[in-house]
Amino acid sequence: MTAHVALAVAIAALSTGQGKQLYGQYCISCHGANGEGVAQARTIGGAPQRIQEQQSARGPSLRGVGALAADFYLRTGYMPLHRIGDQPRRSRVLFSDLEIRDLVAYIASLGSGPAIPRPQPQLGNLAEGLHLFTDHCAGCHQVVAQGGVVTGALPPALDDATDVQIAEAVRIGPYVMPKFSETAITNTQLNSIVRYVDWIKHPDNRGGWAIGDIGPVPEGLVTWFLAAALLVALCVVVGKRLKRA
Amino acid sequence: MRKYLTAAIVLLLGRGHARRTPRVLPTAPPNPGAEAAAVALLFLAALLGVGFIVVYAVSSLPDQTQLLGAALGLSLLSIAGALIIVGKKLVVTEELVEPYPPDEHPGEQELVVELVEESGERITRRRLFKLGVGAAGGTLGLAALTPALSFGPLFQTKYFRGTPWRKGRRLVDEGSRPYRASDIEENDFYTAFPEGSTLQSREDLGAPIVLVRLPKSRLRLPPELAGYAADGIVAYSKICTHAGCAISMYRAPLFQPDEPRPALVCPCHYSTFDPADGGSVLFGPAGRRLPMLPLAIDAKGYLRAKGTFDDQVGPTWWGTHIWRPTP
Amino acid sequence: MIRRAVRYLDTRTGTTPIVRKTLRYLFPDHWSFLLGEIALYAFIVLVATGIYLTFFFVDSTREVVYHGPYVPLQGQHMSEAYRSVLNISMTVRAGLLIRQTHHWAANVFIAAIILHLFRVFFTGAYRKPRGLIYVIGVTMLMLTLLEAYLGYSLVDDLLSGMGLVIGYSVGLSIPFVGANVMSWLFHGPFPGQSTLWPRMYIAHVLIFPVLIGTLLTVHVLLVAMRHHTQFRQTATETERTVRGVPAYPGQAPRSIGLMFATAGVLFLLGGLVQINPIWLWGPFHTYVSTNGAQPDWYLGWLIGALRLVPSFDLVIGKYTLVPNPFWGGVAFPLVVFGFLYLWPAIERKITGDTAFHNLVERPRDNPLRTALGIGIVTWVLLVFIAGSSDRVYVWLNVSYTSQIDIYRVLVFVIPLLAAAIAHRVCEELVAGEKVERDERAAEAEARLART
Repeated sequence: MTAHVALAVAIAALSTGQGKQLYGQYCISCHGANGEGVAQARTIGGAPQRIQEQQSARGPSLRGVGALAADFYLRTGYMPLHRIGDQPRRSRVLFSDLEIRDLVAYIASLGSGPAIPRPQPQLGNLAEGLHLFTDHCAGCHQVVAQGGVVTGALPPALDDATDVQIAEAVRIGPYVMPKFSETAITNTQLNSIVRYVDWIKHPDNRGGWAIGDIGPVPEGLVTWFLAAALLVALCVVVGKRLKRA
Repeated sequence: MRKYLTAAIVLLLGRGHARRTPRVLPTAPPNPGAEAAAVALLFLAALLGVGFIVVYAVSSLPDQTQLLGAALGLSLLSIAGALIIVGKKLVVTEELVEPYPPDEHPGEQELVVELVEESGERITRRRLFKLGVGAAGGTLGLAALTPALSFGPLFQTKYFRGTPWRKGRRLVDEGSRPYRASDIEENDFYTAFPEGSTLQSREDLGAPIVLVRLPKSRLRLPPELAGYAADGIVAYSKICTHAGCAISMYRAPLFQPDEPRPALVCPCHYSTFDPADGGSVLFGPAGRRLPMLPLAIDAKGYLRAKGTFDDQVGPTWWGTHIWRPTP
Repeated sequence: MIRRAVRYLDTRTGTTPIVRKTLRYLFPDHWSFLLGEIALYAFIVLVATGIYLTFFFVDSTREVVYHGPYVPLQGQHMSEAYRSVLNISMTVRAGLLIRQTHHWAANVFIAAIILHLFRVFFTGAYRKPRGLIYVIGVTMLMLTLLEAYLGYSLVDDLLSGMGLVIGYSVGLSIPFVGANVMSWLFHGPFPGQSTLWPRMYIAHVLIFPVLIGTLLTVHVLLVAMRHHTQFRQTATETERTVRGVPAYPGQAPRSIGLMFATAGVLFLLGGLVQINPIWLWGPFHTYVSTNGAQPDWYLGWLIGALRLVPSFDLVIGKYTLVPNPFWGGVAFPLVVFGFLYLWPAIERKITGDTAFHNLVERPRDNPLRTALGIGIVTWVLLVFIAGSSDRVYVWLNVSYTSQIDIYRVLVFVIPLLAAAIAHRVCEELVAGEKVERDERAAEAEARLART
């Protein structure tokens, strides 16, 4: 028993060591040594997955963000940022699963912060999920989670978001997204939201070809470029064309 | 070749019968290929029609809507195809010429004018008569329109000023639980209604508000709104002053230096409001800032309205700035 | 058999001369003359499917709780109207097909009207003696936009509610009377009283359809009285004679075929392509909204205009003279429809041409009109495209705010440019034809000289 604990502690220590190394390689220029953040912007060069030019770097402190935030930003490919100051976007994940675990462990060790959440969508209620999603999320992410627009940023579509990532994002509020504490959205409610987002990845498209599930814009395109085009072509078949004078 | 032969035979046989009236249409030979195609399409349409009924009757089919639409649509298109073949290949299409109808009928016009003028000859005091007709018709017309006033209050605009918010009313969430100041956290936004509101009255434009907490150091409320915030919490009408949609977006930057500043945004036309500055317009078409609700925190820590909004709620109309909102 | 039927009708109605005349009515043959027919057939589909829907729709905003088969909405509070449309889509067999076909038919109806309007405008078919027919047509377009908007609003889903409150705000923004008129129409401020829905419903299923149907009948009858226009097909064609295919048997199968084809395409779309999946949007409440809310395409030009206007209300003292939505939501469509109504008179003034015209012109034959038309169309189209800049931001990642700034300039520059180009193209085309004609004449002369 004690041997197990000792082993676990040893592995943890080892992996934080590995994580610290990765941190030094990829994160330190913006988030500072030991994750205290960089307030005064400083000039840095290119790095893997970063745009290959000089740019000024600064970034928030990572102390106390916990495993939750680190896990989210690394597994979505939000970090490292391609260009500093841009909205983080879902992109290729730079690290292996093991590396992510090490890095997450290291960042978690910087201060006491929340652990990676374990949402249980099967315990959630779909109807409550839609209701909560409409109240809290649809304004930005669109009611079918197809993503949308806010002035200055692009709330993403949630097609690729995993259960854990949804839960993490709700708690962090990445980029300009609001963050929701456990009093604002309880973990039970969060289960329902995750259940809804999972469900809406394959919405009930009983009407046929879904054309994006975003309503009138693609419908207008179909009206003009499919229906109207077809009917005009038919007119040309049925009617006569002008012969050249 | 055979086509022409049969045509010739038909024509010869046709001659045998004596016709009482001359033919209306010119003759043309039959077109067996087109005819076969048209008949085939008609039967296909019939088959698809049966298909529609069958699909309708079998309730357990998946994608029933798609099958129904395909059956009906294709059936209709088959009939269309058959008819177009008939029109283009199977009936005689003559191009005829005839004169356009005359531009005018001066003689007839003259007759009508004469008729109307002569019909009134026995009336001597014409102007008085016309006045009478006008008065009778006009007033009766007005009278007929009057009941339409029952539709709604045409002359009363006081309803536009009303809000359910008044001094001391607590702020509750959708589940009617009162908000404590401590519930409101930075970087989140909350929708609140006046305590005691019903599901129905929450639909009024004056009811919903949006709550945001900002660091007190960042608040830059204009002087006339001083004292509207409570411990950094600010409350605005949730209804956009432009076109009345719900302001359901809160831009809440996680890392202020690099990201756009906090803002309340409406998803309809992207009017963007600054919650730190009394809801002033940062971008978009809204013509005035968001109405602000003055807040207080009571002894038990609950959020309460200190009065009603500083400005009228909802989309702007001609009287928006004339009257203050009334509780 | 046929003889007996004809005799039966003639002896009872005495209409055989009219029937004979109708059957031999001449249709000048050109494909573009069929665009108006498409609109007519879409209208027929609309009426037919609409009647079916009325049997299931409930025009009430009474608050109910949903207990139907669609799980994500179970237990949610919603209006009876919205619930009834959910039922049409979920539990009424063939209901969704009819509902979707109705919606597609509305979209196609308006598209066909606009194509028809383009044909009439760019060929000058509105000129004397068809001015009244044209005015009725433009009026029908306007009524149709309102009618379609009402239908969209009746459903009371999240998108339709957002559309309704925007329409309310636009109405409210009318100077001097806006608030009074909207208070009158809505029975008080938004969201109105329980009287609002029956009112909108009767307007949608009776008042507007009857108005449109009546105008449509008059429109078609007047066309028949004045007879169709035609293109000049031979050099000897005059304004005085019409050349065409008689209604029967030449034209009828083709036109009826087109009717079946229109209906076929609409039902195919209704079954195969999902339109307005209202169950996904959820019910409307004034305090919720969704991103990416857009009106149906035919109102896209108005949302574009609403978004492009910069932030200002025109206020004099404490009196708000012009609230912001007026410019995009009222002034802009007024200018466009005002132009459509007044253009024939303006053209008469400019050209001094008050003669009767039965021959229509090709667009190139009248560069001024064509250039002006292209300019206006480009203007409206640009505003329309600006209305979807949020989707463009999502698809192409061009910042929304900079798009709006760019459009604010482009909507004034590009139409002028487009008009100038159109004018030039017309002139070039005509010049090209003249060169060709001259060459052919020269060739013929040369041939003549050789022989």
